Amino acid sequence: MSDYKGLMVFAEQRDGRIHPVSYELLGKGKEIAKRLNAELSSVLLGSQMEEEAKELIYYGADRVFLYDGPPLKEFNLLNYKHNIVKLIEEVKPEIVLFGATHLGRSLGPRIAVALNTGLTADCIGLDVDEDGNLVQIRPAFSGNILAYIKTSTRPQMSTIRYKVMQKHERDPGRRGEIIVKDVQLVDPLLTIMNKERSSETNIAEADVIVSGGRGLKRPEDFEILQGLADLFSGVVGSSRPLVDDGWIGKEHQVGFSGNTVKPKVYIACGISGSPQHLAGMRGADTIVAINVDPSAPIFKVADYGIVGDLYEIVPQLTSQIKGRYSK
Amino acid sequence: MINIVVPIKQVPDMERVKFDTEKGTVDRSSASAEINPFDLNALEAAVQIKEKLGGTVTTISMGPPQAESSVRDTLSRGADRGVLLVDRAFAGADTLATSYTLASAIRKLGEFDLVICGEKTVDGDTGQVGPEIAEWLGIPHVAYVSEIKEMAEKFTVVCDMEGDRYLIQSSLPLLITVTKDINVPRLPTFADKMKARKAEIETWAADDLSAVADSTRFGLKGSPTRLHKVIVPSEEGRKGEVFRGSPEETTARMVSALQEGGVLDNIR
Repeated sequence: MSDYKGLMVFAEQRDGRIHPVSYELLGKGKEIAKRLNAELSSVLLGSQMEEEAKELIYYGADRVFLYDGPPLKEFNLLNYKHNIVKLIEEVKPEIVLFGATHLGRSLGPRIAVALNTGLTADCIGLDVDEDGNLVQIRPAFSGNILAYIKTSTRPQMSTIRYKVMQKHERDPGRRGEIIVKDVQLVDPLLTIMNKERSSETNIAEADVIVSGGRGLKRPEDFEILQGLADLFSGVVGSSRPLVDDGWIGKEHQVGFSGNTVKPKVYIACGISGSPQHLAGMRGADTIVAINVDPSAPIFKVADYGIVGDLYEIVPQLTSQIKGRYSK
Repeated sequence: MINIVVPIKQVPDMERVKFDTEKGTVDRSSASAEINPFDLNALEAAVQIKEKLGGTVTTISMGPPQAESSVRDTLSRGADRGVLLVDRAFAGADTLATSYTLASAIRKLGEFDLVICGEKTVDGDTGQVGPEIAEWLGIPHVAYVSEIKEMAEKFTVVCDMEGDRYLIQSSLPLLITVTKDINVPRLPTFADKMKARKAEIETWAADDLSAVADSTRFGLKGSPTRLHKVIVPSEEGRKGEVFRGSPEETTARMVSALQEGGVLDNIR
């Protein structure tokens, strides 16, 4: 176990751009590396990624292992896995972090099995105990509890949720080493035939979400919420029952079985706040609740609440905010 | 002819289950046990492929003896054979040990072409077991599949990754994990249920896997990740200012509070 030292962050790229979660992991990784008095490295696979590799250094990596070549441009599962496993066996980091993106959650498990080590999914916190072991904090049972998990094997591996860790400020003066590695290719078995952007609402990225629940009386009334959301270029969200009834698409659903969101402001209109709904939005910076029922659980998690009918309050709110800012 | 394996898990009904927020535990008696909803999509996908290409669908599950009801349920929904892995030695497994045990059972089943998993379970919520099974079996996988475009010698599937839709082709054997978008699972008919009630569910213990597996990798012993402690998150730190009164007045106070808190400036 003592052979293993340092942290390694998997840097995820899509279309040649580093996913921001990777910078967040470098930010958290740097903090842990300091406490362990260890090095922070990063591994990047892609095509023509030299410039992006430097960015990883600006955001905190001491060393970047770069695998560069056309076959790695897109997510090439078996070749990504093969090269990363070889690298981890060579460098022996004691901690390896992935973003809990679709890609990270598809690739991470295969690497964990190949290395015969543990992997903790979708963490929202990381800490180090008195013995220098990684403590991985993840929500469990719809986010109603937080589980603290330790890993007895090395490396200790986790996938970390996007938008929970803080990235450091970019420092273009920061020095580090980029090590270009030879790409070893295995039979990829999978062929990407086509790739397209779907135009779906990406509620997970929204800064402002105005959500409706059972307090809404008709599907058309989402427009009232849209009016408020539009003031901030925000997005409309929904609790599960309205999605189940077909009032709005599933891409708008916030909650345990829908999307987990972390906007700057979440405005819950006519949503009582079931544990399953709270699981999807309790990470918002500011929570605003509007509900006729003063005992609704949503008020327990809200920063600001109004006891009242959303049909009266939301139009008021929209016009008052408009009024204040047009002055 | 195609042989398909669908690993499933029995879970509490997470939309109805009650939580003891003091102790941080789930009151399992508050909700019935059911097949993990995502696994129903996996099973439906498997049955549709079987209907088109011919072949067999086998479901396997690792769990306590009462999980037999869920395996039986899969037979009423189109599976041909159900296997329950039940042994104290399997208990306490994390995703590494769970995926190892399921992969070993798939090996014991013999020839297979396709393994279809739900994208995650609603109780564990890791989404790791599917890709991990693929690694143990040494076969490729595609996760987050929302559509099967082509099913023949080669399979072409649509994989959704944060707004990007990838069309991916693979030969068999292959493992896919499917999202809820892939289909609407059928409901079993009364006749199907009656037939399933009489069917035999095979149960395998740890010893039954001895030819294909290393038993030290099962259960708690084979699990490198350990739950160290559980805490119930508090909502401390929220301001909790609740306004009551006329709509005009409460809204004005809300807007002022948002302005003073810098919230509005932060999002405009």
